[in-house]
Amino acid sequence: MTLTEEKKEKKIETLEEATIRFAGDSGDGMQLTGGQFTNATAIVGNDLSTLPDFPAEIRAPAGSLAGVSAFQIHFSSKEIHTPGDILDVLVAMNPAALKTSLKDLKPGGMLIVNTDAFTETNLKKAGYEENPLEAEINQKYQVFPIEISRLTQLALEDMNLPGKVVDRSKNLFALGLMYWLYTRPMDTTIDWLKKKFSKDPVILEANLKVLKAGYHYGETTETFISNYEIKHAKLLPGKYRNITGNEATVLGLVAAHELTGLTMFLGSYPITPASDILHELSKYKNLGIRTFQAEDEIAAIGAAIGASFAGGLGVTTTSGPGICLKSEFTGLAIKTELPLIICDIQRGGPSTGLPTKTEQGDLLQVMFGRTSESPIPILAAATPGDCFETMIEAVRIAVKYMTPVFFMSDGYLANGSEPWRIPQINTLPKIEVKFRKEADGFYPYLRNPDTLARPWALPGTPGLEHVITGVETEQITGKICYDPQNHDAMIKIRAKRIAQIENDIPDIKTIFGESKGDLLILGWGSTLGSINAACEQLLKQGYKVANAHLRYLNPFPKNLGEFLKNYKKILIPEINLGQLRLLIRAKYLIDAQGFNIVGGQPLKVNGIVEAATKLLKA
Amino acid sequence: MAISNQSQYTKADFESANDIRWCPGCGDYAILSAVQGVVPALGIPKEKFVFISGIGCSSRFPHYMSCYGFHTIHGRALTVATGVKSINPDLSVWVITGDGDGLSIGGNHLIHAIRRNQDFKILLFNNRIYGLTKGQYSPTSELGKKTKSTPYGSIDNPINPASVAIASGATFVARTVDKNVKHMMEVLKKAAAHKGTAFIEIYQNCLVFNDNAFEGFTKKDVKDDHSVYIEHGKPLIFGKNHDKAIKLNGFHPEVINAANGNIKETLVHNEHADDRGLAYVLGQMGVENEGLPVAFGVLRQIEQPTYQERLFEQEKLAKEKSLSGGLPQQTLEQILNAGDTWMVK
Ligand code: SF4
Repeated sequence: MTLTEEKKEKKIETLEEATIRFAGDSGDGMQLTGGQFTNATAIVGNDLSTLPDFPAEIRAPAGSLAGVSAFQIHFSSKEIHTPGDILDVLVAMNPAALKTSLKDLKPGGMLIVNTDAFTETNLKKAGYEENPLEAEINQKYQVFPIEISRLTQLALEDMNLPGKVVDRSKNLFALGLMYWLYTRPMDTTIDWLKKKFSKDPVILEANLKVLKAGYHYGETTETFISNYEIKHAKLLPGKYRNITGNEATVLGLVAAHELTGLTMFLGSYPITPASDILHELSKYKNLGIRTFQAEDEIAAIGAAIGASFAGGLGVTTTSGPGICLKSEFTGLAIKTELPLIICDIQRGGPSTGLPTKTEQGDLLQVMFGRTSESPIPILAAATPGDCFETMIEAVRIAVKYMTPVFFMSDGYLANGSEPWRIPQINTLPKIEVKFRKEADGFYPYLRNPDTLARPWALPGTPGLEHVITGVETEQITGKICYDPQNHDAMIKIRAKRIAQIENDIPDIKTIFGESKGDLLILGWGSTLGSINAACEQLLKQGYKVANAHLRYLNPFPKNLGEFLKNYKKILIPEINLGQLRLLIRAKYLIDAQGFNIVGGQPLKVNGIVEAATKLLKA
Repeated sequence: MAISNQSQYTKADFESANDIRWCPGCGDYAILSAVQGVVPALGIPKEKFVFISGIGCSSRFPHYMSCYGFHTIHGRALTVATGVKSINPDLSVWVITGDGDGLSIGGNHLIHAIRRNQDFKILLFNNRIYGLTKGQYSPTSELGKKTKSTPYGSIDNPINPASVAIASGATFVARTVDKNVKHMMEVLKKAAAHKGTAFIEIYQNCLVFNDNAFEGFTKKDVKDDHSVYIEHGKPLIFGKNHDKAIKLNGFHPEVINAANGNIKETLVHNEHADDRGLAYVLGQMGVENEGLPVAFGVLRQIEQPTYQERLFEQEKLAKEKSLSGGLPQQTLEQILNAGDTWMVK
């Protein structure tokens, strides 16, 4: 390299991590832009965590605050746990995006704005009296005003494309620019565009031009003094792919279909944020997986229960409002003791609530939301990739113990992504399934003494003809029975057969910190990342803290009661008003404290750190 | 479905040892007996029958058969049947429902099971009342009906089950009545032979809460003037003296005097008509428009691929496509490793 060339080359700074957010109008393609950036970042080998955040309305009015769609990604050369509390870079494609996101940008952070969108109308729609770019914003942040729309037009000047097409590709300019800024290769996006527009070479050419124009803009103009490099993270060796929670849930279901040898039957009704599971699983008809888009949530679970009765593996996927509708059928599956997987991809509530935002508000609903005493195992995934393993475990419990099982995820896990180490097939558990065949000594409710499971006897098997019913039935024979003593006994058997599953699940262990200490931060579900990060920080500050996470919410791990006693105080952060806390307090008579922010967003690490510090000092 | 040529079964093989708890004299007994009379001769192994019901008096039915059965929850039997048939198409699935179970709480599922042409029988026991909950009006109760929940009379228009079924695209729709066991058995046999959804409305007397609701079609001196038994290819003639006939005036059926040689104008039934119009007109007679006899028999029977046939055809094609390399992922290994991947050493 000659001296002059070196001068032209910009300086590349190495950073440990960065958090950036693309924000724009729903029509600006921010989810796509973020998704592409994520893929490129994954290929570079960074650890990453993403947070897509989009409105419930499909086409909210353009330029409005309600119509802002954002995609946040935190990536690092070290192991990370969350999509990041605060932003290093904000790309704001219009005033509304700026207005909703600016509060999350760190002081001194980079603000890249598409100045072309800062028109009087757009400013008004965003509620700005005057153009914020002309105000003191420049003193607080490094502002990079760029005419993204005009530069996009210039790049395509000679192609004579309709204005709409040109305008629609401006997100690729922003993407190209960010690729340059963080020294990501553009290959994954180029390949993707080539595939997507293979039948439309003109659009392909236009998109490639704009993408590269964005990249070269960063490289050649004087706007940016340097760009950044984030070296690959030292993850466990293996083969990786980037995965969202819903994708991992689907892979878990596909694996369960293969591992059990049962025909999987998914009964589902479209609902945000669970629909993608139905979409994805529907593609695997070639494996013999059967998917059924039912007329409603009730029909969806009913068909799944029918499938299990006939010897398939019934699955139903939904979110909180769907769980309400399914509760009567869930009771039937509990009463008739059939295996079934009910997936609750939680979203903000109550009622319609916040369909595209995350929450952990359904724990008590799945635990108790049915008539009478109707116990059911509940498992919750903790990260997007963890949905895979948790699903397989849910299936194992369902078929071994002949019971419906709740699989819990949430909007954040469903759409958020992380690098996922692809498991070796031979490390996956074999799930043994036995159907009753012998007619001799058969009774529908004669239980296996070890598992207390009743036999799975399929219609079509000669000599095992029997009727199952939601009406209370006699122990062993399964005949309708209204006897008080029998009912009391059946209620207790149903409770016991779920409670004893604690003998077949792993003990809870600390993740960070020591096995004894001043404070335990206990969590479940998607808060794992925030809690891990918070715990690491607190440990660095010298506190005697530890954290642990529950995959099994019912029954709890057998050692949980003893385990909790190893810590002077317990903090349970949740995206609800303390549902796990209620269960823990009730069961173990422990004065657990909560940290509860129910804003439709993942918990902030800082919030947990503050709550923990306060509790430690109290 | 595996059908053997000769049947070794008798009616007794399908009777369960459970005590029957319907009120003595309930029309349900006749239906149970008719079903138990028909199924042994169908040539289907006993273990392949599955009776699935919801909630209501009629829904106790599976307990009184000695077959596989699933007594589910109110209104939802059809959804369960959908799952059963989608896993094992080889089973002969019979859904037992009532006017409350099938048309009120389960009305949605009825429409959708029928439009999909799910391959099962639906026996809807219509007694025009809620029996199990002790006497409230049902969706088929007549306007003005006084019941416990309608002391001033019902202000709801009733629904006609056959109309719902035909409008939903049913490939088999029939109507029969508990008191005419012979006719019921014939209809059941035809339903059993049908491929796809076979919907049968059975007028069933609830002697406790709605006695004699169907007297007009069952009482000796009046029944022949109030009902017409329809058969494919046969003219619609009825009346005590076979002197009345149905003729179509545009879309409107009219009663004409058949004794006067008006035979040429008489409507001839075609249950296989592609168009739903005729079945709809016949199904309405005497129920939605008065002054006409109620039609009993098969209103409609057409051939159409069933949901199960389409399901398995699609699955077969997907498998073939996958084997020939037309689909990107085939094995679990390939599926897990799909998309952009990278190695960490
Ligand atoms: S209440 Fe009516 S329908 Fe029910 S069993 Fe008694 S007579 Fe039959």
